[in-house]
Amino acid sequence: MNAISILVLFPVLASAAVLSVRKDAVRNIIVRICAIVTGILTLFVVCRYFKDGISLSFANKNIIDTVIASVEVLIAAYIIFIGIKNKKYIVSVFASVQTALVLWFEFTHKHGIYIHSDIVFDRLSAVMVLIVGGIGSLILIYTVGYMKWYHIHHEEYKERKSFFFSVIFLFLFAMFGLILSNNLIWMYFCWELTSICSYLLIGYTKTTQAVNNSFRALAINLGGGLAFAAAMVYIGTNFKTLELSELTAMRPELAVLIPVFLLCIAALTKSAQMPFSSWLLGAMVAPTPSSALLHSATMVKAGVYFLIRLAPLLAGTSIGKVITLLGAVTFLISSIIAISKSDAKKILAYSTISNLGLIVTCSGIGSQESLWAAILLLIFHSISKSLLFLTCGSVEHQIGSRNVEDMDILLKVSRRLSGYMIVGIAGMFLAPFGMLISKWVAMKAFIDSKNILTVIILGYGSATTLFYWTKWMGKLVSNANRKDHVKHTFHIDEEIPIFIHAVLVVLSCFTFPLISRFVLVPYLSGLFGPTVSMPIGTSDVNIMLIMLSMLLILPISFIPIYKNDRRRIVPVYMAGENTGDNESFYGALHAKRKVKLHNWYMEDFFGVKKLAFWSNVLCSVIILAGVLVLIGGITK
Amino acid sequence: MQGRKGPSVLQPFYDVLKLFQKESIEVNTMHRFFVYISLIFVIFTTIIMLLGGDILLALFALTLGSIFFVLGGYASNSPYSTIGSERELLQMMAFEPMILLTAIGLYYGDKSFFIKDIIAAKIPSIVYLPGVFLGLIYILTFKLRKSPFDLSMSHHGHQEIVQGITTEYSGKDLAIIQITHWYETIITLTLVYLFFAFKSPVSHVIAILACIIAYLLEIVIDNAFARAKWQFALKSTWVITGVLASVNLIILSFFR
Repeated sequence: MNAISILVLFPVLASAAVLSVRKDAVRNIIVRICAIVTGILTLFVVCRYFKDGISLSFANKNIIDTVIASVEVLIAAYIIFIGIKNKKYIVSVFASVQTALVLWFEFTHKHGIYIHSDIVFDRLSAVMVLIVGGIGSLILIYTVGYMKWYHIHHEEYKERKSFFFSVIFLFLFAMFGLILSNNLIWMYFCWELTSICSYLLIGYTKTTQAVNNSFRALAINLGGGLAFAAAMVYIGTNFKTLELSELTAMRPELAVLIPVFLLCIAALTKSAQMPFSSWLLGAMVAPTPSSALLHSATMVKAGVYFLIRLAPLLAGTSIGKVITLLGAVTFLISSIIAISKSDAKKILAYSTISNLGLIVTCSGIGSQESLWAAILLLIFHSISKSLLFLTCGSVEHQIGSRNVEDMDILLKVSRRLSGYMIVGIAGMFLAPFGMLISKWVAMKAFIDSKNILTVIILGYGSATTLFYWTKWMGKLVSNANRKDHVKHTFHIDEEIPIFIHAVLVVLSCFTFPLISRFVLVPYLSGLFGPTVSMPIGTSDVNIMLIMLSMLLILPISFIPIYKNDRRRIVPVYMAGENTGDNESFYGALHAKRKVKLHNWYMEDFFGVKKLAFWSNVLCSVIILAGVLVLIGGITK
Repeated sequence: MQGRKGPSVLQPFYDVLKLFQKESIEVNTMHRFFVYISLIFVIFTTIIMLLGGDILLALFALTLGSIFFVLGGYASNSPYSTIGSERELLQMMAFEPMILLTAIGLYYGDKSFFIKDIIAAKIPSIVYLPGVFLGLIYILTFKLRKSPFDLSMSHHGHQEIVQGITTEYSGKDLAIIQITHWYETIITLTLVYLFFAFKSPVSHVIAILACIIAYLLEIVIDNAFARAKWQFALKSTWVITGVLASVNLIILSFFR
């Protein structure tokens, strides 16, 4: 058996093992071991096949296909059942239509289509495997610590930890399968499986809100799955192939663009782009580790990963333009809405949608520079956002709230935790960290491909991004001294994965020239020929690295100055009415009043109510325009 | 008519020298750190610019410096400083698109972001970037901290937010903030300079003159207008950026 097959199938085994164990202590050990094994397998596979890549074909394909088809039927039956039971008929309809479609295709048209390579591992898959396997196993280790406290803090929810871990392992299997498959039927199966896992995890707490949100996520993702199935059937019947690599090698003519557009729709639903974004916001009711894994680091990345794969067919076509515009609008609007939010997970969700929008824009343009930026964005965003979600989960345990307004005491509660969070936030938008490097290259790519409108949108979007992150950071450094907080300890279970994440954020910024040299340039050379080079000049890279070193060294260099220069400390200025503890002031009639400092949310300007509706309308119109372009092309 | 004599032109420099000799008091041990880091990154930006480096990279370093300054306001956890920080951040959000679009406009001259290439172009950028230039002049008021857009801090103590971000700083730290501002002024005027400088040596004299005129214009504006509300600051800047700079760039991208 090949190492890749082991990597893909191992999580299934882990999933089954975890499900059967009821004892907490035993299960925790099993989860930790399986997480570490997954991590090691990931590293092994990547090291083993990194240089030359590999494509595999399986001899006993019929058996695998039969197993997949029967599992698909079982899943469809389950979805139809829960849809009817919970009166969410739309999911039942979606599930029955797409399963019927796929089964019909498999029994009538599939014969005679020979698939040369079922699994393809190249540099881009290596990146995704590293993200899924690496970050996935770190998050799993974190989850062990997190879930221990989750149920102590939330006694109202039924404890289903075995189920939770089992689904996460199942999800890892689906994700590996999705990334590595070149066979569209397998890919479609894994695609659907990730939707189901997401549904199960969102509904974990079984509250009414959680159930409703999980069904919304399922409905939208199944809608995308339906588009995927339709595209697959179209490709199979018209081109007599079922391989992704065959599809991307075709010329972007109208007959090809129709299934590509359908696949793009599927990708956009998975990546929660407007107008399909509402499910990701609802998904935030899930326990934080699953948000970190599914809804920021990996599953939503599957959509943009797919778009990056399809990019050669999008570059310069009308569909590409539609996708570009849609991504750009999503990027801007969600970064604006994020300003009006104070719930940390909501901000993270909007920021995820926004950054995915940027990746979508880059892949819609499809030039070599823009794809360079897209892949780098994908890497950096996964690491930083996963770090932020994990710290967010720990902060919730520490201060009992995930409202950014309450995080002003975090520096007093846990200095290290707020430090990690600051690293995560810096990684999201500040020079010289990764996201900014990629945004910078994206901007260059937009200019060079004459997409001046996207450049302008990126200008505005960067400004709004800067606003919501900095005000959050401001709360973290504000060092408020409220005495009413209860101190918890920051557990080692949670700290180790968070620490590794933080190191990865910094390390990935230092090593991005290497990532470019060994991953991005070779991959892009395969698409664009040997002329590909790094879009940032050496002198600029050096300046970036100097800046990064400065950021690391400067805080340390201040310690001796602080030791020698002790100063008089006075109460803060409150127009002379500070009571002396910096927490309250003398108001009218000399009554003591608490000081409350709030960030600006500017609901009138950036409120979600006004913006979300119109942006969804706008994005629907853009998609409709894509449909019209295709119909116009057919009738011509 | 009054023939009264004001302080000399060099007074700001004397003020800073005097501040260095004053006692520095603070509200906590954290917040001065941010001011020094801010200064270091602003100096870094100036070096990149004067060495003819990448203008986008320089602007990113400048943003980093400004963000540290804002964080310093938050770190004091004082009501007036925090309001000042929020307003400063809002100002940054207002003018940031215009600054970025300026850099992008300058790129079109020689298809390079490097300042040394921009000032060696065949024709001055002002010729094809009039809209962008006007937009830049509009946001100059923010960068030079002049009325009507001096929302986040002010030289005058007795106003609605006291001195905004700088409220809790004194002595050396306040002097550092003033020096940071001088650097920022140089950086901002360098942007004006880039619109006029090109291959011809005479153009550099014209460019310096343009900077002086722009600075004097800002002093006139400072004295002629009362402080605006933040709503107006944000809306007007975004609209002006959207109209002047964007239209200019869209037209330009058709021809180049």
